[in-house]
Amino acid sequence: MAAYVLRRLIGSVLVMWAVATLVFFMLRLVPGDPIAAMLADVGGPEEIAAMKAKLGLDRSLLVQYGLWFSNALQGDLGASIYGSRVPVTQIIAEAIPRTLSLSLLSFVIAIVIALPAGIISATRRNTLTDNAVSFLAFLGLSMPDFWLAILLIIIFAANLQWLPAVGYIPLAEGFWPWLRHLILPAIAIGTAFSAIIARMIRSSLLEVLSSDYMRTARSKGLTPRMLMFGHALPNAMIPVITVMGIAFALLISGAVVVENVFAIKGLGRVLIEGILNRDYPVVQGAILVVSAIFVFSNLIVDLLYGVIDPRIRLH
Amino acid sequence: MSLLAVENLAIDVAVGEACHRLVHDASFSVEPGETLAIVGESGSGKSLSALAVMGLLSEGLSVGAGTIRYKGQDITHFDERARNQLRGSEIAMVFQEPMTSLNPVRTIGHQITEGMRLKLGLNRKQATARAIELLEEVGISDPAQRLRQYPHQLSGGMRQRVMIAIALSSKPSLILADEPTTALDVTIQAQILSLTARICRDHGVGLVLITHNLGIVARYAQKVAVMYGGRIVEAGTAAALYAAPMHHYTRGLLSSVPRLDTPRDLPLRPIAGAPPDPMQHVPGCRFHPRCAAATAACAQEVPKMEQRAGHEVACWNPVPADQTISEELA
Repeated sequence: MAAYVLRRLIGSVLVMWAVATLVFFMLRLVPGDPIAAMLADVGGPEEIAAMKAKLGLDRSLLVQYGLWFSNALQGDLGASIYGSRVPVTQIIAEAIPRTLSLSLLSFVIAIVIALPAGIISATRRNTLTDNAVSFLAFLGLSMPDFWLAILLIIIFAANLQWLPAVGYIPLAEGFWPWLRHLILPAIAIGTAFSAIIARMIRSSLLEVLSSDYMRTARSKGLTPRMLMFGHALPNAMIPVITVMGIAFALLISGAVVVENVFAIKGLGRVLIEGILNRDYPVVQGAILVVSAIFVFSNLIVDLLYGVIDPRIRLH
Repeated sequence: MSLLAVENLAIDVAVGEACHRLVHDASFSVEPGETLAIVGESGSGKSLSALAVMGLLSEGLSVGAGTIRYKGQDITHFDERARNQLRGSEIAMVFQEPMTSLNPVRTIGHQITEGMRLKLGLNRKQATARAIELLEEVGISDPAQRLRQYPHQLSGGMRQRVMIAIALSSKPSLILADEPTTALDVTIQAQILSLTARICRDHGVGLVLITHNLGIVARYAQKVAVMYGGRIVEAGTAAALYAAPMHHYTRGLLSSVPRLDTPRDLPLRPIAGAPPDPMQHVPGCRFHPRCAAATAACAQEVPKMEQRAGHEVACWNPVPADQTISEELA
């Protein structure tokens, strides 16, 4: 087990290195010179050359890559090429709590909706209830999250004035203010994921419910609750966990639009702004963090398999 | 009063709007401590009959007619809650696929103890102690260790023993064993069968043993019912039925089993043709297309069960009671 985790960790680091390298060179293939754009109105060719020299962008690509890489290994991801040159680590450190808060809350909301919905529609297959749940799931799936976000703002922030429309309050300043600011964006993001997970739970449960071991369990005269939670769900959750792992990783990086609607400066927004401005160090740093979240949520999913399914031995 | 008395049971399957009958007019009974063997090919309706008694027919299948009485009480139309009261503690079942009939993600211990904790009201400690006793009784060594293991860590034979322990766990009065040995190799088959029969006898538990092997049940069953194409075609005490099997299908089953006392160069005699498609209607006796003794009458009308030579048979031209199998084979 320990050896397995160690090997996976080494693999994860390799993946992150590959992603970072790829992003480094791809960014520089994108047409458009950030310095020329930055100084378009204020400087001539000399100022541009001076600025490039200052930022190290005048050196060869390989040298730039080597420098960035050796600094990154020491925990220095460089600084934004704009304005007061804020360090990338600081930008990311500010964005991560916002994104993590939002993603975790969306994830919790998705599961809280999906679990009962999936169970109900599987146990009452092809009834009115199942059809109603399926309809809602497809509705949730087809609604663009930003549209739902705007709708939620109109209803709960603008009309009812129950919740704030924009902004973010750190958890350190109180649980309730934190939750109040996050609940609407989390619902906007969580709804679509809950629909995906509910469909997954339904189909997985249907397969499990018709299995031989469920018949054995029923032959013991167990209560419906014991059948569902003691026998059916532990088996049905195995494939669902995979989807949840991917969903969580997607939540982290995919909340961009909703983050924008609610003016929350999370990782997604940092990334988008970085790309638009060709702010190389910021994009590289943000991608590194996102890829780390991806590989580690995958690793956690794989470790969870071993916990849920005793047949899977990790080595 | 019989422990289990099934009368004129019919099982239907819904096919779209239509309804097709898979089991017709099946009647059998079991007394406490007695073993009834229901014998037939796959698709003959024997497993369905057992599932109907358990109330575990799959979706789309239903009891179309007849009554199922347990300890004198008509349980045919019990709802799910009332059925659950009976399952496990009154009627238990051993299923045919030990490889898939145990939950892969729960320990053996959990799967044995959960039923009796619910049904017998035992606490965790008492249930574990009883589980260890049960595993010892079904011949599993090192039972305390096994309780912590998962199904995939056990062989097929061991899993089937665990299934039997589960069936016994809540002290039922009746056990339905649906081909409990099909998936196992021959030496284990005999062990499991004699184990099941002995435990049921010792505990005064009625046993319905469902099998396709008429040869092996002779040693364990007091009563036999032979099913073909959804009907019981011959039934009676094992002694009477084996002494003079009169249905041509029963004969066919017996002579298709290799025996030690038949000459070695004599070829086995399979039953010609294939088992009937349960979804296809055959007029008259369902066996007549495969029967050597079939006459025109056989295709006209379904033969009724009639008392002959100490047991019941449903055949228009039964084999004469004095003709032995060896004579027929010769």
